[in-house]
Amino acid sequence: MNFLAYLRSVSSKFLHHSRTAGEMEDELCSHVQLRADDLESTGMSRAEAERRARIEFGGFERYREESHHALGGSFIETLLNDVRISYRKLRKSPGFTLVASLTLALAIGANAVVFAVLNGLILRPINVPRPASLYGLERGSYKAVNHSYPDYLDFRNRNRTFEDLAAYNLTSVGLDTGSGDPVGSWIMETTPNYFDALGIQPYLGRLFHASDDHGPNSVPYIVLTHAFWHSHFHDDPGVVGRVVQLNKHPFTILGVAPPDFRGTILFVFPDFWVPLTNQEQVEGVYDLNERGKRNLLMVFGHLKPGVTPAQAVADLNSVGAYLEANYPKDDSQMYFTLTRPGLAGDWFGGPLRQFLSGLMLLAGLILLAACANLGNLFAARAADRSREISLRLALGSSRLRVVRTLFTEALMISALGAVVGLWGSIVILRGLSTWQPLPTAPLTIPISPDAKVYFFALLLALASGLVFGAVPAMQTFRTNPYELVKSSSGYRTGRRMTVREVLLVVQIAICAVLVTSSFVAVRGLVRSLHANLGFEPRNAMLVETALSMAGYSGDAVPAMQKRMIDTLQAIPGVQSVGLVDRLPLYYGANYTNIFSDKTSDLRPSNVAARPTMYLISPEYFQAAGTSLLSGRAFTWHDDTSAPRVAVINRQLARKIFGSVSAALGGYFKLENVTRVQVVGIVEDGKYETLAEEPRAAMFLPILQSPSTQTALVIRSERDQQEIAAAIKRTVTGLDSGLPITLRSWNQELESALFASRMATLSLGVLGILGAMLAVTGIFGMAAYSVSKRLREFGIRVALGAKRAELLHTAMGRALKLLAFGSAAGLFLGILATKVLAYIVYQATPNDPMVLGGAVLAMSLLGLLATWIPARRALNVDPNLLLREA
Amino acid sequence: MTDQAQLLPGTLDLLILRAVSLGPLHGYGILLRIGQISGNALLIEQGALYPGLFRLVRQGLLKASWGTSENNRKAKYYELTAAGRKRLQQETDNWNRLANAIRTALSAEPEEA
Repeated sequence: MNFLAYLRSVSSKFLHHSRTAGEMEDELCSHVQLRADDLESTGMSRAEAERRARIEFGGFERYREESHHALGGSFIETLLNDVRISYRKLRKSPGFTLVASLTLALAIGANAVVFAVLNGLILRPINVPRPASLYGLERGSYKAVNHSYPDYLDFRNRNRTFEDLAAYNLTSVGLDTGSGDPVGSWIMETTPNYFDALGIQPYLGRLFHASDDHGPNSVPYIVLTHAFWHSHFHDDPGVVGRVVQLNKHPFTILGVAPPDFRGTILFVFPDFWVPLTNQEQVEGVYDLNERGKRNLLMVFGHLKPGVTPAQAVADLNSVGAYLEANYPKDDSQMYFTLTRPGLAGDWFGGPLRQFLSGLMLLAGLILLAACANLGNLFAARAADRSREISLRLALGSSRLRVVRTLFTEALMISALGAVVGLWGSIVILRGLSTWQPLPTAPLTIPISPDAKVYFFALLLALASGLVFGAVPAMQTFRTNPYELVKSSSGYRTGRRMTVREVLLVVQIAICAVLVTSSFVAVRGLVRSLHANLGFEPRNAMLVETALSMAGYSGDAVPAMQKRMIDTLQAIPGVQSVGLVDRLPLYYGANYTNIFSDKTSDLRPSNVAARPTMYLISPEYFQAAGTSLLSGRAFTWHDDTSAPRVAVINRQLARKIFGSVSAALGGYFKLENVTRVQVVGIVEDGKYETLAEEPRAAMFLPILQSPSTQTALVIRSERDQQEIAAAIKRTVTGLDSGLPITLRSWNQELESALFASRMATLSLGVLGILGAMLAVTGIFGMAAYSVSKRLREFGIRVALGAKRAELLHTAMGRALKLLAFGSAAGLFLGILATKVLAYIVYQATPNDPMVLGGAVLAMSLLGLLATWIPARRALNVDPNLLLREA
Repeated sequence: MTDQAQLLPGTLDLLILRAVSLGPLHGYGILLRIGQISGNALLIEQGALYPGLFRLVRQGLLKASWGTSENNRKAKYYELTAAGRKRLQQETDNWNRLANAIRTALSAEPEEA
């Protein structure tokens, strides 16, 4: 058949329904007239001729109807008819429609949100040309993504499988556009070949290239992101060529990047790009010539056409072997794996991927539970309508036609649910994508609902409609019209589990999984809030600044730091002020290798420990509230002229000396062969993440190891607002050009808690959804079975059944199913929480609180859901019911 | 009228195609043409023509347009499409094969054993 012609016929009929019908009528009439003309010409009167013509034509109505069918579109017609019928039926039971479509809306909405996040962070590559062949380098068994600059140069120059390799680092600078008041900006420091390696073309002006590089500080150029150009330069095309100050050094704005390119890391959007070549001006130090300083965040590039990842790995490994042989002091574990560059490698991307996949799975379970729930409701409705359906079957309606009606109803509900759910999810996603979860970091969640998300939601709606529509449809196929018309009710009470009961058990099990996992997450969060951090965030204010941003370098740095400490100390009400180069629990930590005193060969394989390293002022422990276990803290005399000293934590003391007492007074060696004496031991704390195992940490005096990174901890019992104002005044008084961030330590900890908060929030929401589904599911089932058996209960009451017995009969089955489902779900939930352990602090399911909580929650939910039906069963009035029959 | 033959199922479509193949016709004209070319030997109820016509239009074998008849009445005219012409050829061949086979079968004399 000519499909186009069919479509045309159907569509013209659909669109011009009345016109087609009218035309057909005209045509049939014209036939009768033409015949009458012929008859008239044989001598008949006109009236007689027309009468004869009509008789000869045959059943006008019948042929009109048949013609109608023949014209096609009967499918659409039936569909419209079905939709009309379903619409009427759904309108008749608004409560059912509301509950069913809301259930589905929640489930589909949850899925759409999770899918959109998954899509934005994991499925979608970063927005560059040819993303498929772009890979980042991970090194060694830790899958480290950070590399040193000399190593990077060797990778780039010695490999034969990459088109080019580029690298970047994230850092912040003080940007002064001419106002004299520098603003902190997040930037990407990149190798000059960055844009060319990615194949990015400028939106405005030009980008920097490898050919601009003529040695340190030779590329004083920056390239703006389109967003930053828009927000800070108001789309002014005249910015190209303008000179701005970065940390008091002049840089020229070269150009603007295209709007859809926002850097090579998915969740951090930098403000602009600066060549790494000018590191000294940007960071205040130049360490690109040190092979041991692995401070490049990521090295990446396009594979040459036709090169497989395996070939690239083999090639890199041979470069790595060369490096290990030639630089044994600095380079070890020089073997590689490739990763997608967007998520900063697997150390971050791995757990995120796992967590989001886990979340997607749970959201899928929610939808499944919702489908089971709706399948149940629909089956109950279909059972109530079984008389109607069997009548229709008995009167000759085809089963297919009846099933079609049922499916239409299900699909209408699911379409309604999808629209509402999608609308809700778009609102949530809009909020999420403009949300800056952490005030101190340019962290964003790059999600915008795109066609994929809409398609996904549509698919889910269709699939779920078909799934829960299939339950009553199956029943219809088994219906024997004769049997059903005969007996009055289709309800049987048998020992065998019916499809509906199995569905209910499945649904309850799924809900129990969700409830258990959200309990585990909440419990983990509560624990992490009460974990011993190794410092006391209460009553502590933080001032963070990078002195390099204000142009301090060399000896001016420690002098300024000492002045800041002294003047802040003088504020009334301030108990102590301490300085640290990098706060614990704040975007990673610095590490260094240390060696035992007896080791003379300082190659990486002989490392005794790899503690996190903090450079602190003498009063830091006091200000931070870290307790000293033995020995002493630093003094202002521990400077470059004094012997090198260190304070270590209990974990490190045990690790290299065996015990706390043996450690005090002992020696170890730093990477640069310096011998350091342990003068004090402090308690363990949390350094990188809340979820970490006890970790080794080492503190060195800032006067012996200077740093421009400055975080001041100010401890005071005074009112936070007051003290904050005083601190701000004091620092501005010292140097008005110094960009600072000032906040309380508790605010700062938001970042450390962010991951587990998000995990807890998302799991909590899913848990609540699961609980709601469990309640409605059990309620639906119990209410239905009670309403079906009211007469039976009436008889039981009339025969003298006790309340307890009645309750047992009415609710026993539902509660048994509930117990069965909950047990299964609890078990599965415990298995599922292993995934959570990556994100949530101490997420262990072997916790009596979690188990007890989940059991209690499920029982409460069961009680809640069966309460109303149970009351209805108990309040049954035998007289009324028996009379009714 | 009694010596008219009943149509076999499915043959009306073939007759319509054949009638229209000789030139564009309106529905009533098609009936007249069929009567003419079959020597009025076939019994067709007039209304039964239309479901068949519409079916053929839907299948893309005929196309229709409004026109005016010889005696100035508005009427819808049908003509063959290319697909319709091809189909007519096929169906004619099929029909001839079938008719031949049946004729041969019916006219076969029992052979002597």
